[in-house]
Amino acid sequence: MGSTSSTLLKIPNVEVLMQETGFSPAHIIRLHDRFKALDKEGRGHLCPQDFGAIKELAMNPIGDRIIGAFFSPGKETVDFHTFVKILILAHFRPVDKNRPKEPNSPEPINSRSNKLKFAFQLYDQDQDGKISRDELLKVLQAMLGMQVTEEQLESIADRTIQEADLDRDDAISFEEFRKSLEKVNIDHKMSIRFLR
Amino acid sequence: MEGAWEIAFVLFQVWLSIVVGLIVLPAMFGVSLGFTDIYIKVLVKTLEVKAFLLCLVSFQIHNVLSGIIEKDDDFTMCDAFYFCKKGIENIVEDQVTQRFTSEELASWNLLTRTNNNFRYISVRLTIIWGLGVFIRYCILLPLRITLAVIGLSWLVIGTTLVGLLPSSNAKNWLSDLVHITCYRICARGLSATIRYHNKENRPKKGGICVANHTSPIDIVILANDGCYAMVGQVHGGLMGVIQRSMVRSCPHVWFERSEMKDRHAVAKRLKDHIADKTKLPILIFPEGTCINNTSVMMFKKGSFEIGGTIYPVAIKYDPQFGDAFWNSAKNNMVSYLLRMMTSWAIVCNMWYLPPMTRQDGEDAVQFANRVKSAIAHQGGLVDLSWDGGLKREKVKESFKEEQQKMYSSMIVGLDCHEASEGPV
Repeated sequence: MGSTSSTLLKIPNVEVLMQETGFSPAHIIRLHDRFKALDKEGRGHLCPQDFGAIKELAMNPIGDRIIGAFFSPGKETVDFHTFVKILILAHFRPVDKNRPKEPNSPEPINSRSNKLKFAFQLYDQDQDGKISRDELLKVLQAMLGMQVTEEQLESIADRTIQEADLDRDDAISFEEFRKSLEKVNIDHKMSIRFLR
Repeated sequence: MEGAWEIAFVLFQVWLSIVVGLIVLPAMFGVSLGFTDIYIKVLVKTLEVKAFLLCLVSFQIHNVLSGIIEKDDDFTMCDAFYFCKKGIENIVEDQVTQRFTSEELASWNLLTRTNNNFRYISVRLTIIWGLGVFIRYCILLPLRITLAVIGLSWLVIGTTLVGLLPSSNAKNWLSDLVHITCYRICARGLSATIRYHNKENRPKKGGICVANHTSPIDIVILANDGCYAMVGQVHGGLMGVIQRSMVRSCPHVWFERSEMKDRHAVAKRLKDHIADKTKLPILIFPEGTCINNTSVMMFKKGSFEIGGTIYPVAIKYDPQFGDAFWNSAKNNMVSYLLRMMTSWAIVCNMWYLPPMTRQDGEDAVQFANRVKSAIAHQGGLVDLSWDGGLKREKVKESFKEEQQKMYSSMIVGLDCHEASEGPV
């Protein structure tokens, strides 16, 4: 019959998850089904190869970086909880502007700042807190491939750093990154929604 | 004990004669007693009432695919977001897989298989649902199984008998009769209501009939209104028996698995078949696999290289009464048939499109796409350029390059392209 309560019970710590993410039971189940579909061997957790099996993701120029974002350094697997949390961090649900701001409550997972941190990580692969010229070049290389020449890539990279780098250290720190995207509507660019 | 068996036997005979008298015989002669129509009308009324009750609780997942980047010819840091967003969307649900799962129904037709998130909503609804289950499994299912068995046995026996005759016009006529009556019985066995449009464009002998593919039932639907030569792989078991007997009465094209790999051999056999104007038109499904009837995927060019006249046909199922889509990865044939026979009904529309031939200067791929667009347009299906084979194979590198090309043309702009066209 597929009633929701029995499926929900199979997911460990689902109450906590729902509270932290604000998802309804139906959404959690939807994501859980997707998780199980990706976890072809039924191990209960995903490894990078499971993500790699998604064809469209394999086609995505920064696909491997996105996959890398799911696995914290040193970890080879991701369980359902982390899966959902990273999805919501990266893309789900616009920041809930109506939630009252309590002074001591932790920042919601998908706040603007956290979303920006996630995006920053895509660039900053060695996690040193700065996007160096090399790292920027690598991203451009991935997104543009053989369609542009080396010189064009370098000039785009130079221009970008010039515009964003305020302390002239030839790298973009998180603060500079955040500042350069002040006017950008992150919610629009980085959200997909479950619609009712 | 003896008495009980006798009574059971008598009941069985009565049941069988009712079925034969009221369903099989009219079906064979193409006459409708109107039962199915009344049944469908009742169904529609019931579901409308129920849909109103449920509309508050239904939901869909809607991927907001805004492919529009506000570009001003400059790379900004947030351009990576576009690819990131696409990537995450694909992790949650990728477009190829989505095409292969059943259409999400905004309303629910009392079949839990179509709505994974059935909740216990109210006592009344659960009772209606329970009643539905009883009707479907205890009344409709035995009836349909009986019909299916009758239909298939008739096909095997009939074609074998016709096969004993020497080649003649009478033989062809009889063979057509046997085939059509069998498919009509099977169609009744699924409570199928089919509406045909544009019958004047029906495929003629020596042509190739091309249609979009949703399930094995497509064959029954198509063959209800005409006779076709089937194309397919040789199977074992029951399918094999049916295939062998069909071939006795009129030529079909069955391939061994090993032959399928040799494209030239396949093409040659098909060419030979259509060159013979006395043979029935070939039926081909160029998508290569079952799609979930919301879109049409890329047509494989093989069928379009053979030449001859193509008669496109668009088939669109009405998902309100039963989802006909066969997810071969999820269900095997038997469980699929069981699902079909316990659905309410199969309602579909079939459009015969005017014949098309390959024009000068058009290669097979372009021709295939032209036919595909015509079918998608007529059936109200989305015309996708995804390759149905992606369900099972690896992605080609060229697809990734296309993504990069698209992105770079936005960033770099025209003058840079001209510069790069130089000696590099």
